[in-house]
Amino acid sequence: MAADVESLLRLALAPIDPPAELEARVELTLTSLVELAAEELEAWELSAMKDPRNWPRQALRPAAAVVVGSAAAVGLVAVRTRGKRHRRRALSGGVFELAGRTLHDVGTEARKLVEESRRR
Amino acid sequence: MAVPDQTRDDKRRLDDEFSDLYRAHLRDVYSYSYYRVGNHHDAEDLTEQTFLQAYRHFERAQRESNGRPLRPWLIRIAHNLAANYYRDRSRKPQTPIDDAGALSSPHSTETLVEDREDLKRILECVQELPDDRREALIMRFALGMDNREIARALGRTDGATKVLLHRSIRQLEQLVAKAEGPTEPPALDGAGPS
Repeated sequence: MAADVESLLRLALAPIDPPAELEARVELTLTSLVELAAEELEAWELSAMKDPRNWPRQALRPAAAVVVGSAAAVGLVAVRTRGKRHRRRALSGGVFELAGRTLHDVGTEARKLVEESRRR
Repeated sequence: MAVPDQTRDDKRRLDDEFSDLYRAHLRDVYSYSYYRVGNHHDAEDLTEQTFLQAYRHFERAQRESNGRPLRPWLIRIAHNLAANYYRDRSRKPQTPIDDAGALSSPHSTETLVEDREDLKRILECVQELPDDRREALIMRFALGMDNREIARALGRTDGATKVLLHRSIRQLEQLVAKAEGPTEPPALDGAGPS
């Protein structure tokens, strides 16, 4: 059998099709992370915005993260975006587009905060 | 002040490319995970975590890949996560691999049914190999990766990977031979003295 080891390996280690629900599960997880980030950062916003001295500095941080465009920024960014999430879901064709729309909304709102703080 | 169009377009492009990567390699990552951890439940978790990690670092990986395929990078993430999985839970791969899943669904021909015992034995022997040798074989035979891809996934040189694969197969042959036991001489029908 030793001579056949490579052929048997090809048969024994055949590729495994992932369960049908796995793809949907991963996408759902990514979506949930985006929403979770929105909720966490909404809480962050409420605490940070209590002190006006923090406004420019705090508001610039997520804005900068959006400009970088990193997906890791999902964990840092979300200001005033939760109210739009149903609209985002309705408009999005998939999780990645939804994540993109969320970041876009976050960036817009963060910049509004920057401008508001400058005017004061 | 709006998000610059360039930034938005870049993000959209990045997401689209990640979607493509995800769809193209979901099966690879799942196969690798399955053969590493030995059951479907943990393989699903490992696959999910792999793509979440990949999504977080996709932009940098793409920038640093210089156009090379990202499959080795994905498998390397799964490899690192699998190592953490064993370390954190102080467990080793389950043996044998869920034979109901591994041996029945992808193999359905009569020939393969006849070879079922051989396949089961070889999977058990694969599980006895040292980690690096087992992984190299999974990458080669389950994922069809070439030496260069395997080298990138394992962080080795092409030459070292070639040697690793060669030694893995030699050791596997020895393990299989040992598992089969000593071979009996063929019966000599009607050859005895009358």
